[in-house]
Amino acid sequence: MATRQTRTLARTMMAPAVILLFIWMIVPLVMTIWFSFQNYSLINPMMTGFAGWGNYAYVIGDPSFTQALVNTLLLVGGVLLITVIGGTFLALLLDQPIWGQGILRILVISPFFVMPPVAALIWKNGFMHPGYGMLGHLWKAFGLQPVDWFAQYPLFSVIVIVAWQWLPFATLILLTALQSLSEEQREAAEMDGAKAINRFRYIILPHMARAITIVILIQTIFLLGIFAEIRVTTGGGPGYASTNIAFLVFRTGILSNDIGAGSAGGVVAVIIANVVAIFLMRAVGKNLDA
Amino acid sequence: MARTASVQTKIGFTILAWAVALLLFSPILWTIVTAFKTEAEAIAAPPTFLPQTFTLENFADVQGRSDYIKHAWNSILVSVGSTLLGLVIAIPAAWSMAFAPTKRTKDILMWMLSTKMMPAVGVLIPIYLIFRDLRLLDTVHGLTLIMTLINLPIIIWMLYTYFKEIPVDILEAARMDGAELYDEIVHVLVPMAVPGIASTLLLNVILAWNEAFWTITLTSGRAGTLTAFISSFSSPQGLFLAKLSAASLLAIAPILLLGWFSQKQLVRGLTFGAVK
Amino acid sequence: MGSITLEHVNKSFGEVEIIPDISLDIKDGEFVVFVGPSGCGKSTLLRLIAGLEDTTSGHIKLDGQDVTDAPPARRGLAMVFQSYALYPHMSVRDNIAFPLKMAKMPQAEIDKKVEYAARTLNLGSYLDRRPRALSGGQRQRVAIGRAIVREPKAFLFDEPLSNLDAALRVNMRLEITELHQQLKTTMIYVTHDQVEAMTMADRIVVLNAGNVEQFGSPLDLYKKPANRFVAGFIGSPRMNFVDGPEAEKHKAHSIGVRPEHFTLSTTAGAGQWSGTVNVAEQLGSDTFLHVEVDGLGLMTVRTDGDRTFAHGDKVYLTPDPNRIYRFDAAGKAI
Ligand SMILES: Nc1ncnc2c1ncn2[C@@H]1O[C@H](COP(=O)(O)OP(=O)(O)O)[C@@H](O)[C@H]1O
Ligand SMILES: [Mg+2]
Repeated sequence: MATRQTRTLARTMMAPAVILLFIWMIVPLVMTIWFSFQNYSLINPMMTGFAGWGNYAYVIGDPSFTQALVNTLLLVGGVLLITVIGGTFLALLLDQPIWGQGILRILVISPFFVMPPVAALIWKNGFMHPGYGMLGHLWKAFGLQPVDWFAQYPLFSVIVIVAWQWLPFATLILLTALQSLSEEQREAAEMDGAKAINRFRYIILPHMARAITIVILIQTIFLLGIFAEIRVTTGGGPGYASTNIAFLVFRTGILSNDIGAGSAGGVVAVIIANVVAIFLMRAVGKNLDA
Repeated sequence: MARTASVQTKIGFTILAWAVALLLFSPILWTIVTAFKTEAEAIAAPPTFLPQTFTLENFADVQGRSDYIKHAWNSILVSVGSTLLGLVIAIPAAWSMAFAPTKRTKDILMWMLSTKMMPAVGVLIPIYLIFRDLRLLDTVHGLTLIMTLINLPIIIWMLYTYFKEIPVDILEAARMDGAELYDEIVHVLVPMAVPGIASTLLLNVILAWNEAFWTITLTSGRAGTLTAFISSFSSPQGLFLAKLSAASLLAIAPILLLGWFSQKQLVRGLTFGAVK
Repeated sequence: MGSITLEHVNKSFGEVEIIPDISLDIKDGEFVVFVGPSGCGKSTLLRLIAGLEDTTSGHIKLDGQDVTDAPPARRGLAMVFQSYALYPHMSVRDNIAFPLKMAKMPQAEIDKKVEYAARTLNLGSYLDRRPRALSGGQRQRVAIGRAIVREPKAFLFDEPLSNLDAALRVNMRLEITELHQQLKTTMIYVTHDQVEAMTMADRIVVLNAGNVEQFGSPLDLYKKPANRFVAGFIGSPRMNFVDGPEAEKHKAHSIGVRPEHFTLSTTAGAGQWSGTVNVAEQLGSDTFLHVEVDGLGLMTVRTDGDRTFAHGDKVYLTPDPNRIYRFDAAGKAI
């Protein structure tokens, strides 16, 4: 549909974007891999030279790594569980004939626009603080001892905050998918006398399956990199109780200035993300042709 | 309306929906009311709902102590700057992919998407070192550059899906009318795609505004954006509940308003056009 | 000036060859219609001339100058698209003015030309509207206005009337013909409708599967079709074809008789072929009979509108012996 000239032009026009992204993707990644095989510490200049698999052995061998890996999985899994189930429920609810749908949508979507550090601080100080947080007040109202959430349940607390941020995203996408299920299709099902539960099971759920897949995959990408929420609330602690892989790399590389070990952790994070990415690309790629 | 629910059902669902929505909104609501309370009232037990003594002092304090305006200005520079820069790079690229596709176009699009999946921590250390050596650490332009790169794939993808909806006939008509490429893009394509470009702009300003990995790791005082500014409140000694709320409110209010306007585009942008 | 020459033009999309080899000579000021069934490559050929597609091989010349590699913006041709392709974000005035702006014409001159075009095309009162606020016919006029203001070397039309209703189509057909008589500029007009082709063209190019079947004046094509395809395509209703022993009587592989070239009788035995009326389409001016001819199959016969027929009537047909078209086994006319 285009002439040779147009195509040549097109290639030129695409070049800046492609070149920039290529550099952005390749140069730092190659450097990370390079560093990961080096002895390289910013505070100990004596530490130099090729490290072999030393950094990997150090990072992966450390108990903190196992814990960070488990925490990462718990964090991603927990948030996904809450947001997908909660999101489906909320989407179905908002799709009912109710008063004030427009305002409700706005209320529900709002948490997604709250920047991560603010979300974390509101929860940390306004809600989960044992002294003056709202949950503390609530516990006291029932005569219970207030819980020091971040000390006692650090990872769970982070999960709650992140789930609060992402629940709107899941809801909004599932609601959009639900609303694209045409009124006629539903009427037809209603005419057939399908009971509400069957309608959900056989018509609505299959229609939403694709949207749910997309929600899961996209959220996973973002959730693997959760950082600010941890930085602002627990700082990864107590100990490593709320450190995920992303935060571990930050701790090792930037806070402890161990470039080599931090890079090895970074490479591991890239590998994990790529495994997830392959699935996402497949799902999104299919929709490209449609 | 096709579904004629009985009034009772509607009342029931309405109450339930409002209860859940308010519960989800309560942290934001709490921030709003607390921002106008005195510090003493903010930590009073039992808590008050509406401020008993309404005060604007917190906002003045926040500015006085930590220079809210400077950080907000940095946020605006970085989010708007990176989005505009991204658009300038992305519009020609999206034009190419939408109107002169080749066999490889789809692969390039997928590859661009894949750069988005690179975890930031995987490249944090080299970027940190490069920035340190190039003296880009804690600079607004350094941060703008990074923000442009991380959002470029989304900008290209969104523009691509919007451009695909424009009939190629009209661009061909422009070519027949004597338009060179520049005129075709500036006088025909861009004006026709204004709604799509505006949505793209909006969503990316929001994403850049809320970005909290690179802003925290690459800035300290000078080029700090609002995300970095708020994070500095995490240390206990800086903690004053009412002031924290005031600062938080200031940081999220502009984007909350923008966000409400761009719900639909958000879906399309964040799912790479897979859900519309 | 606007003569257009195609020399051995070939076009493939990837592996698929759409236009094998076309050479054409279109004279300055001519109204040429490309006609053929849908998918035969008419639009592709037009877009090659426009420069919107490039030739795989061969050359295109404008006024003797080779423009094969010139981009559309530099060819000085104007095109009217099937979808009109108006700029939706511009007023009618700006739509018409766009090519002049691109040519960097002074504003005063642009205004004058736009006014003039708008008056000629009866668009005066719509100049400040957006295309979306216009009817199909009006949009068509705007598209034509946009094409004429820049005084192109030639106009290219790609099925411009196919989105209009029947009555409007006849009107616009006349208007375009008049426009051509007025401007005397070369026009190439693509259509799948042979009636449009016959009524508008100075010369017609009949295309089939990317090949030129015949290039000639409408009456030429009607009277002396080069082959069975052209014979069947030009003329309405279609020519009737007969093969087998009946054709061999005329020393041909197959013969063709147009519906209007029969003498019709209801008197038993008063005709060469006998048949039964299947359907009678009474138009008032004419009557078209679909006759099941004994041993030869279904044929269409035109007769005058005053005679009435009913299903099952027995009729007797005699083809006009001077107007029987004969074709060989390859379909070529003999
Ligand atoms: N850009 C293209 N890529 C591949 N095939 C094409 C393209 N454009 C047209 N074709 C094919 O070329 C043939 C002729 O198309 P076209 O010229 O539009 O026919 P017409 O206008 O006579 O109906 C069709 O079979 C069509 O599918
Ligand atoms: Mg066509």
